[in-house]
Amino acid sequence: MAENLALTNAWGAILAFAVFMYVVMDGFDLGIGVLFSRLPVGRERDTAMNSIAPVWDGNETWLVLGGGGLLAAFPLAYSVIMSALYAPLIAMLLGLVFRGVAFEFRWRDSGHRAFWDLAFTGGSLVAALMQGIMLGALLQGVRVAGRAYAGGWWDWLTPFSLLTGASVVIGYCLLGACWLNWKTDGETQAHARRMLRWLAPLTLAALVAVSAATPFLGGEYFERWFSMPRVLFTAQVPLLIGILTWRFIRSLRRNYELAPFVLTLAVFGLSFVGLGISFYPYLVPNSITLQMAAAPSSSQVFMLVGAAVLVPLILAYTAWSYWVFRGKVAHEGYH
Amino acid sequence: MFHDADALLLARFQFGFTISFHFIFPAFTIGLASFLAVLEALWLRTGRALYLDLYKYWLKIFAVVFAMGVVSGIVMSYQFGSNWAVFSDRAGPVIGPLMAYEVLTAFFLEAGFLGVMLFGMRKVGKELHFFATLMVAVGTFISAFWILSVNSWMQTPAGYAINEQRQFVPAGSWAAIIFNPSFPFRLAHTVIAAYLTTALAVGAVGAWHLLRNPAHEHARKMFSMAMWMAALVAPVQIFVGDAHGLNTLAHQPAKVMAMEGHYQSHPDGAPLILFGIPDDEQQRMHHSVEIPRLSSLILKHDLDAPLAGLDSVPPENRPPVKVVFWSFRVMVGLGLLMFTLGACSLLARAAGKLYEWRWLKHFAVMMGPAGFIAVIAGWITTEVGRQPFTVYGLMRTAESASPLAAPAVGASLVAFVIVYFAVFGMGSWYLLRLMSRAPQPHEPEPANAPAHAAGITSAPAIQGGARETGDG
Repeated sequence: MAENLALTNAWGAILAFAVFMYVVMDGFDLGIGVLFSRLPVGRERDTAMNSIAPVWDGNETWLVLGGGGLLAAFPLAYSVIMSALYAPLIAMLLGLVFRGVAFEFRWRDSGHRAFWDLAFTGGSLVAALMQGIMLGALLQGVRVAGRAYAGGWWDWLTPFSLLTGASVVIGYCLLGACWLNWKTDGETQAHARRMLRWLAPLTLAALVAVSAATPFLGGEYFERWFSMPRVLFTAQVPLLIGILTWRFIRSLRRNYELAPFVLTLAVFGLSFVGLGISFYPYLVPNSITLQMAAAPSSSQVFMLVGAAVLVPLILAYTAWSYWVFRGKVAHEGYH
Repeated sequence: MFHDADALLLARFQFGFTISFHFIFPAFTIGLASFLAVLEALWLRTGRALYLDLYKYWLKIFAVVFAMGVVSGIVMSYQFGSNWAVFSDRAGPVIGPLMAYEVLTAFFLEAGFLGVMLFGMRKVGKELHFFATLMVAVGTFISAFWILSVNSWMQTPAGYAINEQRQFVPAGSWAAIIFNPSFPFRLAHTVIAAYLTTALAVGAVGAWHLLRNPAHEHARKMFSMAMWMAALVAPVQIFVGDAHGLNTLAHQPAKVMAMEGHYQSHPDGAPLILFGIPDDEQQRMHHSVEIPRLSSLILKHDLDAPLAGLDSVPPENRPPVKVVFWSFRVMVGLGLLMFTLGACSLLARAAGKLYEWRWLKHFAVMMGPAGFIAVIAGWITTEVGRQPFTVYGLMRTAESASPLAAPAVGASLVAFVIVYFAVFGMGSWYLLRLMSRAPQPHEPEPANAPAHAAGITSAPAIQGGARETGDG
């Protein structure tokens, strides 16, 4: 049983890693998509899109790993979560359809470029908003009876889930603006810097609001964050975020290019750790734990062998691909 | 657990709709990725710019198809949970790991190297770029391997046990699950189908441009390559398809009965029903045109062999003959036409008239969409033929669905239909537009940015030929 616990926790960690990779990597793609409508038509838009064109597909694949991995390692949680979040899930998928094809279609049809630009922004916005809503809906818990979702198909819609939805959109925009500040120059970069000045405080406000609301959703969250001696550990999370915020402001003042992006990634990382504290040991808060949802060891071991070899390999060639497209992007693509 | 018949039917429509749309794209990209790898290899070996031009020409088409395949594929990876939650919960421990392996071994590989393949020609060396193309091509094949293993396991489940939560769990060897009885046949049949589909599409584009300009060098090359492929692979496909059919007869006899339209058992030699009007209510075939005993000969290699009909299957386990009977005939009919096209091209080649016979080019143009239609028809045959089960013989479709009300499933179905027809309709139009322009010497790279700030990627920019070809 102890081995089972370790194995199940390992899979919990792998999936958390996949989701985190997705959030930060497609996060800046989606953020750029949302900000796209604020960029002037022409050079700035072309540059922004070209800066992510070679990598967005790989970034999005982490979402497929999140879904496929959840089905494989925790089939019960997968089936409950996907039916509970039915409407936002399908809206997200349709948003990703528009966002994804816009990468190609906008170049194929100059007559409808304005339409596909709108699809790019709209698709990104819907996908980001729905991801945030799904996070909030999960945090507030879903009704489960037996091995199935037992709630209605509008249960996910609450003020809290709207708050998390808006927060994720804002956070993604910050990531996107940081990416543009790093990967572009000239007018696009200057524009991104101007946007950073209001996106950063907005993100911080959203983070504070979600963090403040979460412990009051239900008894267990409060326990997990504020009971002694846990609070000694959990208190480090907001403390570190405070330090990172100070570094972030300094890096903006000094016009650093890479530092704001890295610091924002770190803030996302810490927020993710915070979410881990809120969730663990549950996959569906208050109803399904990792253990309850776990697939048999034979399934988890079979995949663990593959993941242990393949995930480092994936990271290696993904890094190579990013390295190939290193440096600043011009409006005609990477040169 | 699940009583809403309307919601069930809508959920089935939704899965059928989203997967049929999705399947069109990988059926094209599997073949196209390999075609691109061959073109680039030929360019590297011969140094002929013609191959590089063709590579860049088809690369632009590949990029559009691939993008549509990716976005429609992500939908599939969540459809299992959203609409088929009970199936996901119970079959997840067996099929989930196979799908996770698909992501880890195939999707990342394709996505990781796609950026370099599309935009990296001048960023990495020729060899490294070829390696990227090769990885994308290999990735599409690995993807087919895993997802068809999953599908085959649902058709011919093996290597499983059932635990106290009624979940299917691995009984021991994963090899028994992955290499379940129908998998080798299905994999071969489907991958060959993808190659044929691509060959027919490429051949049609080549033929289209040859009809306008019979001397067009690039069009000649792709037409010739495609016709070789059709001539060589179509007969192989008929042979593999037959073997797949015999495998189905051994493991899913009811499906073959539906394909053949055999409502009644034939104790001494079953006829081959060429056409007829299946009537599932009365369980009989109207106005059938039959060849006596031929079905027994094909399936049992014996004119007098007895063949059981659907009357030997309990009514609640019978697949709907109406759909399966017709989709099977569409697939086989198109397969025979593909064989004919390939054979005609050999005749034309032997006569030295491959680029002269206009009717052959017209024939090839008409066969352009045949592969896609045949793939979908074949898919419908095997999937509807699996009904009324999701896991054949073990888990019913009716007990597999999510606990959703009909309005929820109906609303999402409507959304999918509208978005898919709009988005992929536009995408198909862009593909046709790309194809309607003939490949040129110094074909530009996938211009993901306008070559000039004016923002026009078509004729002026291309004829300007400002871009280097990458030969240097």
